[in-house]
Amino acid sequence: MWPFSKKKPLELPDFWWAYEEHFKEKLPEDIRDNTFVVLDTETTGFSFTRDRMLCIGALKLLDNNIVVKESFEVYIQQEHYDSESAEIHGILKKSKKESISELDALKQFLVYAKNHILVGHHVMFDVNMINAALKRNGLPKLKNKTLDTESLYIRTLLISTVVQKKERYSLDDLAKKFSISRKDRHTALGDAFITAIAFLRTIEKLKPQKLKDLLG
Amino acid sequence: MKNTISERIADFLKNYPPFNAMEAKQLEQLSLEVIIIHKETNTLVFSQNESPHENFYVVNKGAVALSKAGSSQILDICDEGDVFGLRPLLANENYKLEAKAYEETILYAIPIKDFKPLALENKRIGNFLIESFASNTGNPYSIKHRGKLYGASSDSNQYSSDKILDLQPIKYSTDLITCKEGTKIKTIANKMTKHNVSCILVERDGLPVGIITDKDLRKKVATGEFPITATAKTIMSSPIITYPKELTLAQSQMAMMKSNISHLILTEDGTTDTKSLGILSKHDIMVAVGNNPAVLLRAIKRATDAKRLRGIRHGIMNLLQGYLDQNIPLGLVSKIISELNDASTKQVIQLALSKMEEEPPVQFTWLSMGSQGRGEQLLNTDQDNAIIFEDVSDEKLEETRGYFLKLGERISKMLNTIGFEYCPADMMASNRSWCHSLSEWKQVTAHWIHNPGPDEILLSSIFFDYNVTYGDKSLADELSHSIFDHANHYPQFFTHLASGALQNPSPSGFFRDFLVEQDGEHKDFFDLKLRALMPIIDAARVLILSHSIKSINNTAERYEKLAELEPNNRELYLACSYASKALLKFRTRQGLLHNDSGRYIALDKLNKEEKIKLKRTFKTVKEIQSLIEVRFQVKNLMR
Repeated sequence: MWPFSKKKPLELPDFWWAYEEHFKEKLPEDIRDNTFVVLDTETTGFSFTRDRMLCIGALKLLDNNIVVKESFEVYIQQEHYDSESAEIHGILKKSKKESISELDALKQFLVYAKNHILVGHHVMFDVNMINAALKRNGLPKLKNKTLDTESLYIRTLLISTVVQKKERYSLDDLAKKFSISRKDRHTALGDAFITAIAFLRTIEKLKPQKLKDLLG
Repeated sequence: MKNTISERIADFLKNYPPFNAMEAKQLEQLSLEVIIIHKETNTLVFSQNESPHENFYVVNKGAVALSKAGSSQILDICDEGDVFGLRPLLANENYKLEAKAYEETILYAIPIKDFKPLALENKRIGNFLIESFASNTGNPYSIKHRGKLYGASSDSNQYSSDKILDLQPIKYSTDLITCKEGTKIKTIANKMTKHNVSCILVERDGLPVGIITDKDLRKKVATGEFPITATAKTIMSSPIITYPKELTLAQSQMAMMKSNISHLILTEDGTTDTKSLGILSKHDIMVAVGNNPAVLLRAIKRATDAKRLRGIRHGIMNLLQGYLDQNIPLGLVSKIISELNDASTKQVIQLALSKMEEEPPVQFTWLSMGSQGRGEQLLNTDQDNAIIFEDVSDEKLEETRGYFLKLGERISKMLNTIGFEYCPADMMASNRSWCHSLSEWKQVTAHWIHNPGPDEILLSSIFFDYNVTYGDKSLADELSHSIFDHANHYPQFFTHLASGALQNPSPSGFFRDFLVEQDGEHKDFFDLKLRALMPIIDAARVLILSHSIKSINNTAERYEKLAELEPNNRELYLACSYASKALLKFRTRQGLLHNDSGRYIALDKLNKEEKIKLKRTFKTVKEIQSLIEVRFQVKNLMR
């Protein structure tokens, strides 16, 4: 199949083309001119094939500002349902929150994310989760660049071999270190907000001038 | 449509005026319009004479300093929940002050167009605004001005006075009330009541020999320990502490802080052999100045939570600025500021202890390390600390450590709240590697001494400046003994420590020009800490430790002691003592100027005089480095 799949005409929907169109534009060099999309997903579990997203929360960060009105929060209708995980997130299958289909959620997210850099805590998990959903709906993977707040945070710590450093830092660890209230922990947008603040604080410590310093 | 973030904002705002007067629904609407702004330290929110923004601001986290442009005098600090930048929007005029993030800050920017209709509609909000602005009409930006309304005076206000501790001789009461050693207590009490004084001087042949205060009467007589027919001699405090009459305010405060007394007796020549001239009470000093260490110290001791302490610490920084402006000797300044820092830490520990569910299972000691341990922490810099606890049986060890780790975490979090940054290398008592029982510490330090690799030397150099801030001093003393025991049996350690002190890059190049950082965040800045301060601090440490002296931690004092111990090197040591003070002052000035740690200096911002002063200290740095290089035979090590 593989040698031929390349030739196969792509029957992708318009919103995907609109999304791809954004990537023709180069990202601004200066950190301050860049919009960062800080995101978090709540899922039914950790399997990319078996589990599903319950909710996507995201907000936009531009030059240290977050416009509350422009935040993104969608709840997704569930086919697959795992009672254990639902308890953590408090999102029940038939919750009162208005929910939309997975495809609609993806569509809205692509419109929202454009070509901006995606920031998240353990961001690859969220990105892979979204990619799995895209695949289910016959769409290609996300094209955005990503930044992981855990690896950024580790970069702020001094390198010393004697003082033992933890290998992993959870979002809770970061929230504690930066004294961010953990009140809305385990709601997608709440976690995205905590991640955004942790991201800002980390950036202030690292003081990168150009975008490439961060991505590099 | 509301979302998780707008709910969070509404939740925060509803606790503070004027938003507490709003209906939930209104607040929900308003919260949705908010822009969350993150401000890095020292960045402007708005500048003086700038035309008004579309939003006014509420501090969510951090603090914002309001001041006149170009003046370092901060008129007001807005803390969590404070509103600022509202008046110019309503009055339609330009900003009269500049607002700058005093520390890393998160602001909620609230659009005036959404707020104004609510304010007009809601009488309580309207009143709030009127009251708040009316109180400022006379002199709207006086020192006392706050963005706060309802005349809510916050404690931080009383310290923001611009009155600086001066070196004027202090006024004391010359109207002395005295008695003889044989005077009966009842007579004394009557006399004190008649003159309405809180203390009486006891004299023999016209010379002061003792003092009796209200406290003595309470503790020694009212308790029944002595009858009221006993004589003055039996209950007086003696010998008395006397000072010469030309005492300055600063000196008298130091004297009281040092001896923990509330009255000073002033005599002709400062000794008990001359006639007494007057009495100076703590109260006299309080009245004399609004902004002084004693008031701050008392406020610290009375603080009941970390937030209050934070406000007080703004006052300490103000005081420090004042001292430096007045060119008060740095030795004195660093003593006072260290004392206040120490007191804040102590208070934090006490607060944290009172919040623990259980009492500490065994005795413990809280050690401050690094600059705080050396009494050189003038600015709010990183916290470096450790816990030693008493030895317990093996099966209890982890449980006990668990308790102290929890305590350590609590304390270090509170310290962070009041302005001490977390240590980036995690050298804090909340880390298991810095929370040990006494015998574990002995093992750890012995290990460092016997295996002096670069890391061990680095750790030793941070740890060995420890100072007891709280708790059982004997634990620390025992550890010191053990350290010297090992070090004296293994003199090689000093060679390694000395070589560590020589590792720092040189401050100046061949042509005596400054060497600046080549790359990174501070490119082209001069690293004052690494290139000038550290070498001189490190050298002092290895020299004083090689003399087995642990009781002196302050670098300048260490050199003074060394000058005494080694008269042949006296001049160099005194030069070092001077240089260390000069450099510390330099750093502190720079830090206050830029509201940072003062470590990195932009050379083009220095004037010629400052540069010459700096360079002069470099010569001393080089000399002391060659001294330790020769003395500890570092060359042999490198071969």
